[in-house]
Amino acid sequence: MSESGVPGITVLETGQTETGARRMLLNMGPQHPSTHGVLRLAVELDGEIVTKCVPDIGYLHTGIEKEFEVKTYQQAVTLTDRVDYLAPLSNNLGYCLAVEKLLGLEIPPQAQWMRVMLTELTRLNSHLVWLGTHAMDIGAMTVFLYCFREREEILKIFEMFSGQRMMTSYFRIGGLALEPPRGWHQRIKTFIDSFPSKVDEYEDLLTTNRIWIGRTKGVGRMTLEDMLDLGVTGPMLRAAGLKIDARRDDPYTSYEKFDFEIPIRTESDVYARYQVRVEEMRQSARIVRQALDGEKMKTQMEALIYHFKIVTEGFRVPEGEVYQVIESPRGELGFYVVSDGTTSPYRVHMRTPSFGNLQATPRMVEGTLIADTIASIGSMDFVLGDTDR
Amino acid sequence: MDSFIVISLIKVAVLFAVLLTTLAYLQWVERKVIAHIQVRPGPYRVGPHGLLQPLADVIKLITKEDLMPSYVNRTLYLAAPFIAITMALLSICVIPFGPTIEVAGVRTWMQMTDLNIGVLFVLAVSSMGVYGIALAGWASNNKYSLLGGLRSSAQMISYELPLSLAIASPLLLANSLSLREVVGKQAGGVWTWNVLHGPFPQIFAFLIFLIAAFAETNRVPFDLPEAENELVAGFHTEYSSMKFASFFMAEYANMITVSCMATVLFLGGWTPPWPAEYGSRFVPTAIFALAGLVALYHGVNYARRRDKYSLPVFGVIFLAIAALFLLPMVQGWLLPLFWFFAKAGAILFAFIWVRGTLPRFRYDQLMGFTWKFLFPAAMLNLLVTGFLVAWFS
Repeated sequence: MSESGVPGITVLETGQTETGARRMLLNMGPQHPSTHGVLRLAVELDGEIVTKCVPDIGYLHTGIEKEFEVKTYQQAVTLTDRVDYLAPLSNNLGYCLAVEKLLGLEIPPQAQWMRVMLTELTRLNSHLVWLGTHAMDIGAMTVFLYCFREREEILKIFEMFSGQRMMTSYFRIGGLALEPPRGWHQRIKTFIDSFPSKVDEYEDLLTTNRIWIGRTKGVGRMTLEDMLDLGVTGPMLRAAGLKIDARRDDPYTSYEKFDFEIPIRTESDVYARYQVRVEEMRQSARIVRQALDGEKMKTQMEALIYHFKIVTEGFRVPEGEVYQVIESPRGELGFYVVSDGTTSPYRVHMRTPSFGNLQATPRMVEGTLIADTIASIGSMDFVLGDTDR
Repeated sequence: MDSFIVISLIKVAVLFAVLLTTLAYLQWVERKVIAHIQVRPGPYRVGPHGLLQPLADVIKLITKEDLMPSYVNRTLYLAAPFIAITMALLSICVIPFGPTIEVAGVRTWMQMTDLNIGVLFVLAVSSMGVYGIALAGWASNNKYSLLGGLRSSAQMISYELPLSLAIASPLLLANSLSLREVVGKQAGGVWTWNVLHGPFPQIFAFLIFLIAAFAETNRVPFDLPEAENELVAGFHTEYSSMKFASFFMAEYANMITVSCMATVLFLGGWTPPWPAEYGSRFVPTAIFALAGLVALYHGVNYARRRDKYSLPVFGVIFLAIAALFLLPMVQGWLLPLFWFFAKAGAILFAFIWVRGTLPRFRYDQLMGFTWKFLFPAAMLNLLVTGFLVAWFS
């Protein structure tokens, strides 16, 4: 059992327990209902207890970082959608901000507000998928369909704006890709007015449910120090008691003009992460409402793309390098862009939150039950496209 | 003697046909109910309102390629689904569905056979059913199956105890092991049903029985043996085609059996909730008439184009059934059947409802729940019942 014949997974030594019984090596994934895509976990089991866990990533490697180098700056926006396919607009935003920083561009305030609004809708989209799949992992299948009901509406809004449901590419360097469609204001308003009551619905099914609490409270515990050592960011860190949020600490796209809370919990277990993300959904809805009600949004939108020439003709970016951080739904998303003065980037490196969060897996699940492993993995909210790039 | 064999064969045929149809359509009902809990229409394409979906499923399962993985233990691998389905279907034959009826001059009970140890028979057979699952998990040569099989054996053995103890207390009240007599003692309305009957109402035993029954049948929130998100498909991961269907049918047959058991033991079997003289015989008519009117209303104000034709037809059928219940010549056997199926159906609905609502327990929580709470509670209930029965008799 000690060598598996698969390169890269020869690390596990099948140990013996004190009683002399052999331990079992279980291969979870890459095709497993709960590894959220193509994560592979090599798990060593003593009965139902996980004694060792080795995550194996790379099954969704797409070479996107390399591909940036052969696209022009504007074309490369479409690549960012495909990295974290549950939060395409957050990735668009991070990349565009990085290049705009290199160019020294200041984009119009209307476009900035629009970006904030759509990015927060993206956060809702991503958190809804997380809540649905996480609850389904723990056996509550109805929550999944409730979440996807709301997500469907968000995807329809995205389609209205960009013509695409998932791979939106709606943000461009210099502003937005298109003028917002007619009737968008009413559409988003209708959605966001009803959204808080929908969150109440999910909470009715889960928050005070004895079984849910039993399955999540005290499960997947991890200390703040461990998390910081491993590069964990985002809601997981906030559930461990650290009030860190790039939207507040290092504001971009005029987030400083919006009024919102950063929810934190200190328990650092699966339940705390659940609470943090649910509260984040409410706060995101608040931001979207503020963006809608903002005076600037009521004015004409033509000014949105006054960098029209930049968008259509392509442009040279001055030599230099830049690092831009945004708060994606999963945590800290960083774009490191190096320019050599041509029309395409010399190198783009992404610091993706999923990769950092995933590193916490072994420390979180070793010594717990298989069922807890599933709950812990669900609470990390990673996207394998984001991990492998 | 000859007439006994003929009658028995006819009964077997009728019971088998009804049971298998119910099995297939229980699945349709489950999909519909879950779908409506989850704000979606459910099966809708195959036949009006997906009514032919079970048929399509059966055709699909029969015609699927029957794969057998290498390195399985062939004998046990093939025997496991048979054990599961046989044991699941077997226990239905001691359940009494109604009183005596007279067909073509022959009086007979609406029951396959009345064993004087009917309750013990059901318990014994359902315990045997565990072998199917445990052997499937062991013989499949798959680690997920093995874990599922182990979980299942442990779970079913543990929950059998509170289940049996919960069954024991109504038996004390009835002073018999024959299911027919248990029902006979409860005739006379809702206050004589075991669930409310003095000297000690068996409401606790009923709840314990239901909870244990959920675990016995591997249903949410106790569906750990096949916990999809942990163990892929648990003990039946390696089964396909009709072998998979056997496990699937066994689960649903077990659900039907425990619902029937709960009806017989606690809810007065086929007896109406209040005597027929006070109008209980009009209840089925009222219910079906209401259903017919609702269907007609929605047929007129249709939401989907197909409903324009299908719902009025359903409405007319319901109204016809409502009228049927008023005919004195069929009332004698139709009314008991109605009450039996209404009660068992309500329990089955609870099974489905819970599946749409609750998350899943963890393995250790499940075991802790039965040994630390359910088992002592059932024990206490049995003790109190025993004392009170001795005191008042």
